Amino acid sequence: MALAQLKIDTTEARLADVEVPQGAAWGNAARADAMARLRQMGLPTKRDEYWKYTDPTSLTAVAAPEAALFHNDEVPLFNAVDRVKIVFVDGVFDADASDDLTAEGVEIERLADAMDTDIHWAKDLYGVLEARGQKPVERPLAALNTALATDGVVIRVTGKASKPVNFVYLHKNTASDAVLHNLVKVEAGAEFTLLETGPAAARFSKQLEVEVAEGGTFHHVRSQGRDHERRAVTHCFARIASNSTFKSFTLTFNGVLTRNECVLEIVGDEATAHVAGVCVGDGTDFHHDDTVFITHDAVNCESRQVFKKVLRNGATGVFQGKILVKEGAQKTDGYQISQSLLLDDDSVFLAKPELEIYADDVACSHGSTSGAIDETALFYLRSRGVSHDDARNLLTLSFLAEALEEIADEGLAEELRDRLEGWLSRHR
Amino acid sequence: MLEIKGLEVKLEEEDKQILKGVDLSIEPGKVHAIMGPNGSGKSTLSYVLSGKDGYEVTAGSAALEGADLLDMEPEERAAAGLFLAFQYPVEIPGVGNMTFLRTAVNAQRKERGEEELSAADFLKEVRAKAKSLKIDAEMLKRPVNVGFSGGEKKRNEILQMAMLEPKMCILDETDSGLDVDAMKLVSEGVNALRSEGRSFLVITHYQRLLDHIKPDIVHIMADGRIVKSGGPELALEVENNGYADILAEVA
Repeated sequence: MALAQLKIDTTEARLADVEVPQGAAWGNAARADAMARLRQMGLPTKRDEYWKYTDPTSLTAVAAPEAALFHNDEVPLFNAVDRVKIVFVDGVFDADASDDLTAEGVEIERLADAMDTDIHWAKDLYGVLEARGQKPVERPLAALNTALATDGVVIRVTGKASKPVNFVYLHKNTASDAVLHNLVKVEAGAEFTLLETGPAAARFSKQLEVEVAEGGTFHHVRSQGRDHERRAVTHCFARIASNSTFKSFTLTFNGVLTRNECVLEIVGDEATAHVAGVCVGDGTDFHHDDTVFITHDAVNCESRQVFKKVLRNGATGVFQGKILVKEGAQKTDGYQISQSLLLDDDSVFLAKPELEIYADDVACSHGSTSGAIDETALFYLRSRGVSHDDARNLLTLSFLAEALEEIADEGLAEELRDRLEGWLSRHR
Repeated sequence: MLEIKGLEVKLEEEDKQILKGVDLSIEPGKVHAIMGPNGSGKSTLSYVLSGKDGYEVTAGSAALEGADLLDMEPEERAAAGLFLAFQYPVEIPGVGNMTFLRTAVNAQRKERGEEELSAADFLKEVRAKAKSLKIDAEMLKRPVNVGFSGGEKKRNEILQMAMLEPKMCILDETDSGLDVDAMKLVSEGVNALRSEGRSFLVITHYQRLLDHIKPDIVHIMADGRIVKSGGPELALEVENNGYADILAEVA
């Protein structure tokens, strides 16, 4: 079908002055393929089915809108965690601020170096999962990312990683526009934890492609920073093999526009895939969108989607989540819950839960709710002497508990819980 | 301790008068019981005293040690020494029982200008008090009241009471949903808290709770008023003859 003129115009305008990074090896072809995919789909407009609730205009515009920097004196997140810190400033790798890129059980390289190496495992991953993830729902901004990514790292996990890797994104330039692409390949039986913290840039596109081989374990804990004016689109594409575990959790504070897409494909039996998220937003200009697609293409697998949103003063939250159970994916156990806590009458939660099932012996459940603070519980806490605001915050954390429980590492969960408490006590 | 005079209360949402002039005076260290048929206003009285939304006081007063209760927020009433053991304790998923208790204890101490309890002191105290109520470490760790049996929930209420050390305790049908053993345990917990400076208002349908928690004075409430007061023998009279005789007598 021919693309609508608006789409063609939007796409060509965006691409008119871009420079596709050129390398010495396979990267050029991967980028060219992505560019071809993009031109075939066109960039999204508000008329697209999956962009009905989120306006993509500022993400597809030629120039990135500026975003003020956020300062406070808090200790950076995960500061006390023994980790390999990889720092990007406005989307550019900062070697001086980063740790040595070494840890037991992992091999870390910059994306550009991997792309310039003729024979490299990354060739079979870069843009490959993204291309697979374009069906049945198109994700043109991901193809744009693959074509234009200017930096990133590629990580191969060969054993039990001795410590987590932490991508630390710093936003220092109010007009920065960053395109980052990272790869993680977890080899059979290997274990790895990836942490991501910070807002990256005024506008950023981040993509993560993850391959988890048989019996591998991948944990992902991400916090998206508090720079309110930033605009972000992130994609996570993962292919999950038999007996492996994939768990991703994202905490988002503030943000005028955040769209987090997560596309998981379970291809091996007995695998587990969880994706969860918490966002807290205050104000009519807060907009947060979680778009998730999990495909079950194997037997006896379990997937969970747990998304909770706390919205106040006219904030908007969006959830579009789908479980697709392919023919033959028997004994699938799929669970999806999306809930919002609306702290006033002006906040909005838009949810589109979807199930599509082609196997007859599966257990899939989904639920979506919007609600206010439970007055009876509020009175119960206050009758015990807890102040109104503290009681409300406690009940808010209670509402978020199911999502926070998705973080396997109790220490990391506790740190995020503390930050949430801080945010809630500042937004009364 | 607690002084209620001519208290009249209606529902906020609809024009329905629930309390039609309640007078009640409780001395320090005394245990009063209120009995009465369904819909007589017993639970409403407990909610109004502790500050639940949805009720409008149209006349009268209620004071705790001379301080006007009706003017205070629920948390201020708690800090002033009022405690309500709920008929239906609320489940709060995701908030550990211990965290909840500590938050409550320290919130009240803070409100009263006292220093917060250290984690170690708190732990020591809560363990000792939990033990006598047969509340184990597992129950303390679990989210507040989530998955608790009826008896566990009520024991948890008494534990909160023991930790918060209120001056005026209101027990709203604490015996409902309890088997004989649980009732004994809960009653022992309450009796252990009886002291010269602490008063109780026990709301119940049945005399059997009052076998365990012996009241000084028993009141019969009907149609929004206290219609008769007497000694413990009044509860026995209700048990034997029901409310009909008493109501006919005062009518």
